[in-house]
Amino acid sequence: MSNNKNSTLSVSQSLLSILARNWALLFVLVLILIFSFTGINFFSSKNFQNILHLSTIYLLLASSETFVIITGGIDLSVGFVMGLSSVLSATIMRELHAANFTPALSISIGSIVGLIVCIIPGLINGVLVTKYRVPPFISTLGMGGIASGITLVMCEGFPVTFLPPYLTAIGNGYLIYILPGKAISFFNRPEGIVGEELRKLIRIIPNSLMFNFVILFILWHILKNTKFGQHTYAIGGSMDAAVRAGINTNKHLIIIYVLSSFLAGLAGVFNVFQTGIGNFTPFTAMYELIAIAAVVIGGASLMGGKGRIFGSVIGVILLRTIENGLHLSGVDPFFRFIAVGLILIVAVVIDQLFPDLF
Amino acid sequence: MEYLLEVKNLTKRFGGLVAVNNMSMGVKEGEVVGLLGDNGAGKSTLIKMVSGVYRPDGGQIFFMGKEVIIDSPIKAISIAIETLYQDLALAENLNVYSNIFLGREKLKKVLKFINVLDNSYMHDEAKKVLDRLEIEIPSLRNRIRTLSGGQRQAVAISRSIYWNAKLLIMDEPTAALGVTEQKKVLALIRLLRSQGIGIIVISHQLYDVFSVADRLVIMRRGEKVAERNIKETNTDEVVSLIVGAEKVTQRSD
Amino acid sequence: MGNITTRKNGLQKFFLQLGYRWAIIFLFLEIILFSIISPGFFSFNGIQVILINSPFILLLSLAETFVIITGGIDLSVGFVMGFTSVVSAKLIAAFVGLGMNDLLSIIVGIVITLVIGIIPGFVNGILIARLKVPPFIATFSMIGITHGISELLIKGTYAKGLPALAGRIGNGSLINIVPGKTVSFFISPTIQRGDQLIEILPTVFVIPFIFILIFAFILKSTKFGQHTYAIGGNVDAAIRAGIDVKTHIIKIYMLSSFFATVAGIMYVFRYVTGKADAGAMFLLEGIIAVIIGGASLYGGIGSVWKTLIGCFIILVMENGLRMLGVPTFYKLIVVGIILIFAVLIDQLSPELIHKEE
Repeated sequence: MSNNKNSTLSVSQSLLSILARNWALLFVLVLILIFSFTGINFFSSKNFQNILHLSTIYLLLASSETFVIITGGIDLSVGFVMGLSSVLSATIMRELHAANFTPALSISIGSIVGLIVCIIPGLINGVLVTKYRVPPFISTLGMGGIASGITLVMCEGFPVTFLPPYLTAIGNGYLIYILPGKAISFFNRPEGIVGEELRKLIRIIPNSLMFNFVILFILWHILKNTKFGQHTYAIGGSMDAAVRAGINTNKHLIIIYVLSSFLAGLAGVFNVFQTGIGNFTPFTAMYELIAIAAVVIGGASLMGGKGRIFGSVIGVILLRTIENGLHLSGVDPFFRFIAVGLILIVAVVIDQLFPDLF
Repeated sequence: MEYLLEVKNLTKRFGGLVAVNNMSMGVKEGEVVGLLGDNGAGKSTLIKMVSGVYRPDGGQIFFMGKEVIIDSPIKAISIAIETLYQDLALAENLNVYSNIFLGREKLKKVLKFINVLDNSYMHDEAKKVLDRLEIEIPSLRNRIRTLSGGQRQAVAISRSIYWNAKLLIMDEPTAALGVTEQKKVLALIRLLRSQGIGIIVISHQLYDVFSVADRLVIMRRGEKVAERNIKETNTDEVVSLIVGAEKVTQRSD
Repeated sequence: MGNITTRKNGLQKFFLQLGYRWAIIFLFLEIILFSIISPGFFSFNGIQVILINSPFILLLSLAETFVIITGGIDLSVGFVMGFTSVVSAKLIAAFVGLGMNDLLSIIVGIVITLVIGIIPGFVNGILIARLKVPPFIATFSMIGITHGISELLIKGTYAKGLPALAGRIGNGSLINIVPGKTVSFFISPTIQRGDQLIEILPTVFVIPFIFILIFAFILKSTKFGQHTYAIGGNVDAAIRAGIDVKTHIIKIYMLSSFFATVAGIMYVFRYVTGKADAGAMFLLEGIIAVIIGGASLYGGIGSVWKTLIGCFIILVMENGLRMLGVPTFYKLIVVGIILIFAVLIDQLSPELIHKEE
């Protein structure tokens, strides 16, 4: 008797649980449905590719925050570290290019140095947070200021230009180009296409999409299937328990902050490929806050112990879809700020109302 | 002598589990009762019914001879039943007298219309109650954070006493303390007893209980299995009562 | 604890004091350093410039002081400041457009703005206290909402049409003297070419400073302040002591929004316009000033006076570097380092907090 009752209850409960757990995904689908009616050219593979392509840096920053937030920390420096890596790698590329290095070599060296240097802020954050017990909020806030200052000193407040060629061709390129009935090519546009034919050229799978897919798959795998991921959750769930279980929490947290900085650096380097210039991060850009918002919408808790890469990806896509959809629907762009604020509140209130469902 | 607090046939169920079953006991003024039992014996549940955290499913509570319904912790405090949990509920960043007066601050007027904290009054009043309880704390302006565990315990007790607690319920008062500190807290309990306050002490540390309690109430699986005058029992008997290793005939009062 | 402190020798005591008072010592060293290396720094004008630039960081850090002591954070103050700068500018311009007297327009505009300005704080408070939304998220959401609304109000540009009187208040001082001619208070007088103008204490500094005086007193000496500390120190203890914690938290966030609103109004006076992102720069500076002042993000610790020291460490740094001709970018680096340094000092010497209140 009571068993029966329990099982029906648990079915409806688990249904509710699935709904609540994936409300963000459902919301994205609903948004897509709505914008398909209201938005001009919203529902097209071109536009969806565009949304994902322009989400790249947010996806990287959000996944870096995902790791940090699961441990119960926060990283407010990612936006500025991204700017640092963007400006640094662009500057190196420009100088090498000016010194007559080949574009391939200039770009490679610039990217690699940018990535390596961006590990340093994360390393310092990690050491401050673990060894000196500086709250993550403060150490990363301070590090953000320092990174931002160094970036601006380096670029003197202007974007870094005169970079080697091919950057944007790679960053904004596609895997497959098809000119219907005539040509198909991979990575590069078919030769000799101009004018009318260029408009007809079908582009499939942006390079950024593959790049995103590979990076996110690796991060998802690490978090979901490895010991490292397990320990990340353990530390966020209960630091004491993790210490007593013999996890080297200090080392683990340092790696987490280094990873976070590294992903921010990756976002910065990608930004160079995407825009063809080195962009500093203005003090008012709030990249890190948007990334954190995406992670929270994705079901993570700022208290730690909870969060998923997939959730964060959905969070980013949700925010970007709103932006893109409202834009294509001709809504005043400033409504999107309001929409983001409201959705974030909804996300957390849902989390509060169904705390056990996640 | 009449009981200060008396509970009759208290019962509390959580779903199918009977946490406390038909439990009766009492505390007199100036008496220390040790409430003993293994984990899960129902001590905490019983205490939480008296301090207003849980509502009983059955039975009655009498306080100072009258039946009372204690439906919230605030209600318990308002009728002078104070409960000290292990976490003590002190604001560590505030000083001693501020904690004693927390939520009931004494105010004075400056310029006839601005209410400000009357710090010197609160300091002096706090000093008086600490003196009465023979508690030594270097300065009442010290923040709680700077005090030892025993001193914190003493501050929490002083707060209850200052606000005229008649019954004090103490959950593991000596658990987190060093040996010297434990002795001080036990001495304080004896002093409170001599000043006519009824005390219920929950503790796992039998020696502590034996050194302060007048009477012991032993619970097992939600029921009272025995009640002993401290002079008529010994630790061996109590241990076996707690774990239920020996058949014991219930005493009738 | 007294008996431990007395066992310490003089040197240890000295370092203890040094550690505890490092912020004020640092500020003095900073002032002395800049006075030596930058000739115009320690002058009447130099100080005046620092004070003129001070109102936004002072008010936003005042807001954060109260919020941070309760263990929360308010990320929305910067954009509430922008929002209210837009609202008050639009209102004042509208009243002037209706043919109302300039001064009356400004006064009525300010009063209405102050009422509107506490709404974001009220919503934050409800979300945090009643719906248990973490302060970080609730106030971040409020950034989006206030930013969006203010941009919509001004269609992505900035508010215009303010009367010249607003600018005269913004450029005015507590006492303005044109020797031999006039003396005025708060509002800058109209002067002829060749007139000398002596200005004492900028209006945009005096107004925030009055709030600082009042609220330093409230935090230190009233029941409201005491409960603010208690909530930050131990919420459970506060609840069990019968404090209405939820209502208190709502009040705290309303207060925070109120200070941001005053900052928005100061912005209108100072720059004779309203901008959606007017306060975006000052949010982090405000939080940093509070932390440099020794507050803990875990709540329970901090004071208005210490925050004031934190503000002036940043302001002196900023103006000193600017007068030396150093690009302002360096300021970010220095402030970042000071911030981390501030917390390191607290962490490395936990005994420092073992002092009497």
